Amino acid sequence: MALIRLLPAEPKVPFLALRRWFLVFAMVLMTGSIATFLTQGLNFGVDFRGGILIEIRTHQPADIEELRGRLGGLGLGEVTLQEFGAPTDVLINVQRQDGDEAAQMAAISTVRAELGELVEEYRRTEFVGPRVGEELRRAGMLATILSLLGIAVYIWFRFEWHFALAALLALVHDVIATVGFFSVLQIEFNLATLAAVLTIAGYSINDTVVVFDRVRETVRKYKKKAMPEILNEALNATLSRTILTSVTTLIALVTLYVLGGEVIRGFTAGLIWGVVIGTFSTIGIAVPLLYYLGLRRSSLAPAEEEQKGATPAAASGGG
Amino acid sequence: MVQISRLQLLAIVGVLLAGLAFAAPNLLSRATLDRLPDWIPNQPVNLGLDLRGGSYLLLEVDVDGVFEEQLSGFVDSVRVELRRARIGYTGLGLDDESVVFSLREQADIERAREVLRDYIGDAVLRIDEQGRGSITLTDEAKAERRVSVVQQSIEIVRRRIDETGTREPTIQRQGEDRILVQLPGVDDPERIKELLGQTARMSFHLVDEDVVPGVDSVPPGSRLLQSQEREVAGAPREYVVRNRVMVSGDNLVDAQPTFQDGQPVVSFRFDSIGAQRFGEATRSNVGRLFAIVLDDQVISAPVIREPILGGRGIISGSFTTQSAQDLALLLRAGALPAELTVLEERSVGPGLGADSIAAGETASLLGLVLVMLFMSAAYGLFGVMAACALLINLILILGVLSGLQATLTLPGIAGIVLTIGMAVDANVLIFERIREEVRNGRGPVSAIDMGYRQALSAIIDANVTTLIAAVLLYNFGTGPIRGFAVTLAIGLVTSMFTAIMVTRLMVVSWLRAGRAKKALPI
Repeated sequence: MALIRLLPAEPKVPFLALRRWFLVFAMVLMTGSIATFLTQGLNFGVDFRGGILIEIRTHQPADIEELRGRLGGLGLGEVTLQEFGAPTDVLINVQRQDGDEAAQMAAISTVRAELGELVEEYRRTEFVGPRVGEELRRAGMLATILSLLGIAVYIWFRFEWHFALAALLALVHDVIATVGFFSVLQIEFNLATLAAVLTIAGYSINDTVVVFDRVRETVRKYKKKAMPEILNEALNATLSRTILTSVTTLIALVTLYVLGGEVIRGFTAGLIWGVVIGTFSTIGIAVPLLYYLGLRRSSLAPAEEEQKGATPAAASGGG
Repeated sequence: MVQISRLQLLAIVGVLLAGLAFAAPNLLSRATLDRLPDWIPNQPVNLGLDLRGGSYLLLEVDVDGVFEEQLSGFVDSVRVELRRARIGYTGLGLDDESVVFSLREQADIERAREVLRDYIGDAVLRIDEQGRGSITLTDEAKAERRVSVVQQSIEIVRRRIDETGTREPTIQRQGEDRILVQLPGVDDPERIKELLGQTARMSFHLVDEDVVPGVDSVPPGSRLLQSQEREVAGAPREYVVRNRVMVSGDNLVDAQPTFQDGQPVVSFRFDSIGAQRFGEATRSNVGRLFAIVLDDQVISAPVIREPILGGRGIISGSFTTQSAQDLALLLRAGALPAELTVLEERSVGPGLGADSIAAGETASLLGLVLVMLFMSAAYGLFGVMAACALLINLILILGVLSGLQATLTLPGIAGIVLTIGMAVDANVLIFERIREEVRNGRGPVSAIDMGYRQALSAIIDANVTTLIAAVLLYNFGTGPIRGFAVTLAIGLVTSMFTAIMVTRLMVVSWLRAGRAKKALPI
């Protein structure tokens, strides 16, 4: 009935045999991300850095060079301009001014006065004071750490500590790789992109949990098979679903990337990267880590035994 | 799982109808909605400021400044009262968060206590045996004052914004001493920021004409203030003004912009107490100058030509029409008890908002159609069912958003598009399971039953974990990000419902229609 088949009905990809390559790749990706982050940092938006962002639409196509000269001569420190989606749309970034909030407010007025009649519409004005920027940074870090831990704890309750730890490490990988993505491409990192990072964590864990669920089931099904074989079978059994869901999500996100407008383009780019990386981390990190962490059949005894706490591992794992 | 009871059926249909009913207002025009009776859902989605255009201002109330002011008031009281009681003291001043002084004679300790007690309100006065004294504000008094100052500021902010004619502003307290102001439709908040940027404390003082500003030293009890008026040379004129307040702006009941000799001026009216004080003060000081002081700046300092008894007067100065209007507005709305600072500002013009809505609509619809096509292609008839469920899912999201009057923001639209992509996951899980069971040799009914049963735990675990991320996003995010978390969370719940209940209903109906004789269309 189906018009398309992306995969053979019962794929047999030797994922577990590739586990070393996957982990090496993940390590390279993370090291690269951290290195880039340390050397060129993130292109923080006004939300986190504090400062002023003004998006204008001009009557005539804007002469960016000329505008840059004029705004640069106002004594406001670094002012960066870029065309934003259309020749008449310009995004103006003004660095955080020395002094208190009043100094920032004055800078907005200065820029507006200089632009004067040139502007047809002030499409967006964002100003974040140094204190709020600091608070948002802190809240963002806290939200990221707490959501990773919250997810890990939930998995620990529903599965086993091996699963929780493997999922947590895979998530840390996703977050680091995503931060690296924003750092390498120097895409503006703002509140929305932070939300993208957290959503990636949500998507990635979604993917991981589905496979873990299958691992648990497969372990209970076979009494004698070796663990790598079991893990590989679980991955292959869910492979079709993994790919289908990634594809539908990517379809929606690419549509949004192309048509959703400039404002959320960076955010969408992050999500697209996250779907790819989140899918990889399930197959390449989370499941192989289950093997390396020494997942045993005994710790995943059938449900009835688990409830009685018959096996020591189940009792200690809180399963 | 292939049995759906009558009750379940009713529940599913009920939810779908409710979703439709709540989503429907989004298709109607505002005028039609206003004509609808109250008992049917008539609220479209509540758009965030980033979509409808408007301004968001986060203000901080400078409560510490109020405490400082209160303490320096105590310094003045101590100076005046001890001197009046002929008690000698040294070292009077502010030290950190208290007023300190020491008495010359230990014999005066008791007397000083009695003299000062009446002037310090709920602050604490301590004088030790060596005669070292201190006045401090207690933490309780500070906390109480903080609450009342912020409350009062919110009230004044509201009045000032109402006076500008802004429609539907939201003004609420945030945290301990912050005020969040949301102004839909205001894409240029410059004027409002200007209005909120001054405390507008007005008072009338006599000018100390014996002292020449800038030449003589300023005697105690007076101070040197700058004027808004300018000298011929361009520098602001200066006045030495008596500290004692003739009448304060608190006694004003009305102020209006008007014209006098073609110049913009502000006319005002005092309440009865103010009128009486002003009358007395002007009667005994005819021929002298009095200064109209606003926020430590002299607006003008006219000569008192005759006693002003009716409680009405006119403030002239170097006004433009706009500044006369603003001053009248500020005086009508009342003075702020503390200074306000803008900590954060976000404004979006109507053009960008409309563009964002249009872009969001196109992206969601196209995304929806593409995913529906893909699902149909990948799973045949069952895929078509999942595609229908996806459409229903979108209607439900819209219905829940409208029903709860949750705010839809631009990242919120992104959340919906993301949900469109992810929502099919549950169906994909189920369908893959059914295929597997078929491969394992089960019959159609049994395969469907097992497919739903086996996929359920993965679906729930996967969605709960994502929900955890959404809840944390909501708790730590602000404004638009919260909008994203809300739609993501709503989308997760509705997608579980449509995948597990709605498609199952379709599949089961299809089974009952007796078409499952041969292979499953999957």
